[in-house]
Amino acid sequence: MIKIIINWLALPYMYVSIAIVLFFLTIRSRKLWTGKAGGLLLLGSILFLAYSLTDEHFRGLVTRPDNVPIVMLLFAVGFFVWFALKQAHENDERVMQGKPLDEVAWKDKVFVWPNLVYTELICMVVATIVLVVWSIYIPAPLEQPANPSSSPNPSKAPWYFLGLQEMLVYFDPWIAGVLLPGFIILGLMATPYIDKNPKGNGYYTFKERKFAITIYLFGFSIMWVLLIINGTFLRGPNWNFFGPYEPWDIHKLVPLNNVNLSEFIYVKFLGTGLPKHWFFREIFGIALVVGYFAVGHWYLAKKLLKRFHDLMGPVRFHLMAFLLLVMVATIAKMYLRWTMNLKYIIGISEFFFNI
Amino acid sequence: MPGLKDVMESVKESQVWKSVARNPLPSNARTRALAVLNNVFLHLHPVRAPQSGIRLKYTWCMGGLTFFVFLVEVITGILLMFYYRPTVEFAYADIIDLREQAPLGLMRELHRWGAHTMVITVWLHMMRVFMTGAYKPPREFNWVVGVVLLLLTLLLSFTGYLLPWDQLAMWAVTVGTNMARATPFVGYEGPGAALLKLGDINLVHSADDVRFALLAGRFVGEATLLRFYVLHCVAIPFVATILMAVHFWRIRKDGGISGPM
Ligand code: HEM
Repeated sequence: MIKIIINWLALPYMYVSIAIVLFFLTIRSRKLWTGKAGGLLLLGSILFLAYSLTDEHFRGLVTRPDNVPIVMLLFAVGFFVWFALKQAHENDERVMQGKPLDEVAWKDKVFVWPNLVYTELICMVVATIVLVVWSIYIPAPLEQPANPSSSPNPSKAPWYFLGLQEMLVYFDPWIAGVLLPGFIILGLMATPYIDKNPKGNGYYTFKERKFAITIYLFGFSIMWVLLIINGTFLRGPNWNFFGPYEPWDIHKLVPLNNVNLSEFIYVKFLGTGLPKHWFFREIFGIALVVGYFAVGHWYLAKKLLKRFHDLMGPVRFHLMAFLLLVMVATIAKMYLRWTMNLKYIIGISEFFFNI
Repeated sequence: MPGLKDVMESVKESQVWKSVARNPLPSNARTRALAVLNNVFLHLHPVRAPQSGIRLKYTWCMGGLTFFVFLVEVITGILLMFYYRPTVEFAYADIIDLREQAPLGLMRELHRWGAHTMVITVWLHMMRVFMTGAYKPPREFNWVVGVVLLLLTLLLSFTGYLLPWDQLAMWAVTVGTNMARATPFVGYEGPGAALLKLGDINLVHSADDVRFALLAGRFVGEATLLRFYVLHCVAIPFVATILMAVHFWRIRKDGGISGPM
């Protein structure tokens, strides 16, 4: 019974929505869970993992040698997000009480030998032990020899690219595989030049950098890590979607009748049939995309984030706004696909230009 | 009978010991400073640093761990290279030999799990740097160097994926590189590629686009294996090592580990 509910909760739009809500809840209520509640949460998730391991399909997935690091990633990200926010919260409390930051209280210089060198040594020893034990217990997998004429189903990219492979469901390869990763790298590189907030340099804090930290953690935990989990555990044969306790059935049939925006408008709504020329066919989509970015930039700069606009200057601000709008649009497109089977907003297959 | 202490004493007095260690064992301020200054590896560190930055709580030692796991990869990788031939004929069989014949048959495991670990630690390191705002002035550029290192880490892992030449390897790389053919203008299925033509001749087609350059062919094959092998064992580690040197140098030049102003 629980498994049926969880399989249902694990449908893409369900669990992504839940994750997004949970994300903002945790950010809001960091006071609560950076304390004891965090420990309870960890205990709960371990119990959940233990319970899930009783399911044969789930066990088979999670204990696949190459999937073990992904389970570790999940717990590591959870732990370190908690650990960073806990220190941030403690510092924020200290500032409110007029006490110095924890880092300031410990700012005295000490000798690197032994204080740092020993810590590093211990870290190295622990890492070595972990790697050796891991290697003894889990042999590196090797499948059948490469065979160009038989592709496995599902064919998956290496796990750290699964978020991008997931994007292939919603976008053509030039967006999923080229544009989006390009924006991620560009955005990361530009971060120090975009973020003009002088506060929070060299210590943990949340209050002084609410916006930056929220965006970063959202991008990392939801858009990157969650989609990796999704790609590893919930995507089965034909890249179909499967609940965590649902066996991977190659013959699972998912009706695929995705519809372009142009068809929605001309065929379903106006009932006139598609215009011949691509420009008239796609005019609504083009207007929607251009309008989204134009209004988005205007609204962010003049209303929602006016404060930042004045602080950062137009170039920085619009670069940031653009990246932000792309991120939001990506999620929006995913939801449109899940709820309305929308295929392309702009579909000019004449030039391989589909959005 | 001389006790253990006396033996230790005379070892420490011997010419051999002195020539190697140069300094007395660190016990006071002077010798601790010397221990760090006179050692080529340790002198990456300053002699003294603020305790706030040294505590495990602050850095999680994540950058250090990433570097350490990188070294593990270099060492195990060199050992693997003794056994592995990057050809369609031998690659797969050599991997089986590594498991069944090679002494200390853990090297492949260490190398593979180490690679996964490095990807995870580099992400966590980046998160730590972000959460402490350590990319803010004067450390902006070192963050940029870090982003390139992140990319190189992923590429190292990706190129290594192909080398066992099993089904997983071949198809993961096929899926991964398929996207390249849709690169705008330079991929033959990318938007804009069709515009690049001279008269009737397409300039960008499946035998000269970026995917072809990556794979050294239109499919994942023998030439791809060699290309990925060279990238994985020589080219990317070479660039990554240089960038790590820059990264570490810049940490010192940017004023050491970050901390409140
Ligand atoms: C192969 C990958 C990398 C290695 C070996 C590496 C290594 C290190 C080490 C050993 C430190 C010293 C402090 C610490 O341990 O946290 C450090 C600091 C730093 N790293 Fe990295 N790093 C890598 C990737 C990155 C990435 C991906 C970023 C960011 C995008 C980055 C940005 C920085 C910055 C800004 C500092 C200075 C932090 C401070 O002063 O608090 N590094 N790195």
